[in-house]
Amino acid sequence: MTVESTAAHKPRRSAGSKAGASGTERTRTTARKSAEPELVQLLTPEGKRVKNAKNAEYAKYVSGVTPEDLRGLYRDMVLTRRFDAEATALQRQGELGLWASLLGQEAAQIGSGRATREDDYVFPTYREHGVAWCRGVDPTNLLGMFRGVNNGGWDPNSNNFHLYTIVIGSQTLHATGYAMGVAKDGADSAVIAYFGDGASSQGDVAESFTFSAVYNAPVVFFCQNNQWAISEPTEKQTRVPLYQRAQGYGFPGVRVDGNDVLACLAVTRWALERARNGEGPTLVEAYTYRMGAHTTSDDPTKYRADEEREAWEAKDPILRLRRHLEASNHTDEGFFAELEAESEALGRRVREAVRAMPDPDHFAIFENVYADGHALVDEERAQFAAYQASFATESESGFAAGTGGN
Amino acid sequence: MAVTASTKNMALAKAINESLRRALEADPKVLIMGEDVGKLGGVFRVTDGLQKDFGESRVIDTPLAESGIVGTAIGLALRGYRPVVEIQFDGFVFPAYDQIVTQLAKMHARSLGKVKLPVVVRIPYGGGIGAVEHHSESPEALFAHVAGLKIVSPSNASDAYWMMQQAIQSDDPVIFFEPKRRYWDKAEVNTEAIPGPLHKAQVVREGTDLTLVAYGPMVKLCQEVAAAAAEEGKNLEVLDLRSVSPLDFDSIQTSVEKTRRLVVVHEAPVFFGSGAEIAARITERCFYHLEAPVLRVGGYHAPYPPARLEEEYLPGLDRVLDAVDRALAY
Repeated sequence: MTVESTAAHKPRRSAGSKAGASGTERTRTTARKSAEPELVQLLTPEGKRVKNAKNAEYAKYVSGVTPEDLRGLYRDMVLTRRFDAEATALQRQGELGLWASLLGQEAAQIGSGRATREDDYVFPTYREHGVAWCRGVDPTNLLGMFRGVNNGGWDPNSNNFHLYTIVIGSQTLHATGYAMGVAKDGADSAVIAYFGDGASSQGDVAESFTFSAVYNAPVVFFCQNNQWAISEPTEKQTRVPLYQRAQGYGFPGVRVDGNDVLACLAVTRWALERARNGEGPTLVEAYTYRMGAHTTSDDPTKYRADEEREAWEAKDPILRLRRHLEASNHTDEGFFAELEAESEALGRRVREAVRAMPDPDHFAIFENVYADGHALVDEERAQFAAYQASFATESESGFAAGTGGN
Repeated sequence: MAVTASTKNMALAKAINESLRRALEADPKVLIMGEDVGKLGGVFRVTDGLQKDFGESRVIDTPLAESGIVGTAIGLALRGYRPVVEIQFDGFVFPAYDQIVTQLAKMHARSLGKVKLPVVVRIPYGGGIGAVEHHSESPEALFAHVAGLKIVSPSNASDAYWMMQQAIQSDDPVIFFEPKRRYWDKAEVNTEAIPGPLHKAQVVREGTDLTLVAYGPMVKLCQEVAAAAAEEGKNLEVLDLRSVSPLDFDSIQTSVEKTRRLVVVHEAPVFFGSGAEIAARITERCFYHLEAPVLRVGGYHAPYPPARLEEEYLPGLDRVLDAVDRALAY
């Protein structure tokens, strides 16, 4: 809940009390669960709608959500997961160099992403594939950087979705500056900055909190606390629940059930509305779980127990909404069958697009280094061209065919 | 320069102030950001009076966080603004180094040219003013090594005025190194003269026997060296680089093909400094013209010393003359 209502929070166990053994891990997980403060939840893991006085402030932001909207959110999450699984498979097949899976974080990303307006601006990390989907970025465009053909393959201004930022936390300052500009322009757009529990330790995130608070910038800090920063648990980043950090900067912080798409939609709408109304920044901590590895290069069996993942599987964001839809008779078999077919088609399209993605032209190295050009880049491009051309000359004279030289 | 209605005699700091004022008047998207740049007008008064005339929303006192200053300037540039940020002293830029190197320099390339970041980072730099630690450094080479950044440093009030105009108009990020020990040096500034290209070097003294290359605070020293050498019958050419990246090797080459000898002077440490790059490239370009190896005069591979030792650390008249003599002895 909001910062003001969390007096009951108990301190975490110290990080030193846990060792690597799986039994100890289980103890830690249990301890963490019992010590965690309440969070905003509108759908239980069983798919039951939660209605109580504490949630009412946020629930009103989704009071107009129709069965069709719910099916849309479900579709978004299923397709995002399918895309993500396809990308992981493509990495295993050698088509991508790396992939950062969002498995388990679909509700946090779709809920918050669908809360944004077209004129809002999004600053993602490198894992916001679901938010990109909501912004209308073609998923195949996300794969260029993971295939190694570019460092960001989309125009940020086409969908108001900035390039993925790999250095942890840097984008929170860009979001803050952008929001300062929005305020200067007198616009009522809002900005949302994504980051994670690991990034919360970065100085740039702290500075973005300071700047946004001082300038009352219309920005929402959306922290997906997925419990793990590669191998480091949240206890290695903080002694207090992350949303409580906002209090020290003078703006509200809220913890939301990050596996509850409806709650994420509601809380993000609330926070964006605050920004639009000139009430300044908000920190949203979406409490979720990274079901997969940090990236395809990671091996989570070295640092966390299967039991922890199993506990979170029971809170799966997609399963939860499906239970709710079915219990409410909002769907029929046809809906799920059609979605399954759509998923497969998306997977196929992504697969084909990646395999067809050409390697960039060699001279792309020298492209766009500067907007107004640079004498050294021109000189080195010319040297490179001459070097490349020398092979053509050698080939014509027979060297490359192995008839001469060594 | 002939004194005309548009020509004023002003100090280098005042020239930058006037240039910033002109930019603020000409383009509502230009912003000034930094620590103490508002009411105080900056610790060197370079932004004096600007907040009073343009308001707090355009001349912005920021929290004391350099990464935050540059990071939010990037965000403002993404929104269409043209921020001119001040880093209070050279040695304070490193908290912002990540944002400058990792984000500011690379955004245009990684967006395949879709995103331009017209941000100017002003850094008062160099020693010679008897300052405390971290207030006298010359870190230009640390930035020149990074593709995506442009690095300039004026040596006089007129260049300071015009180069600032051009830096603000540039669609690339520009690191603008201001020679703080020359802030109070006055010169004629013609505010209507059409300036030459930003990244072109200028011959500030013609000569035939040896070329002295410098930029920023060392240009004046090199002119003094040339005057002293002239008394001994040595005719030195002095080239003011003005820009460290891109670096005008063509002008150096032209000069060296004439003089056949080159000495590079900068305050920054010699090791891996801009003089090393100039020596390497001029050796490649002018191998058959050179009568002597390219010599460098600069700071030592030691932390910038306490103020009472800085005269020993910094290139001075005698050290540069010594290098000139050594080059002429070949």
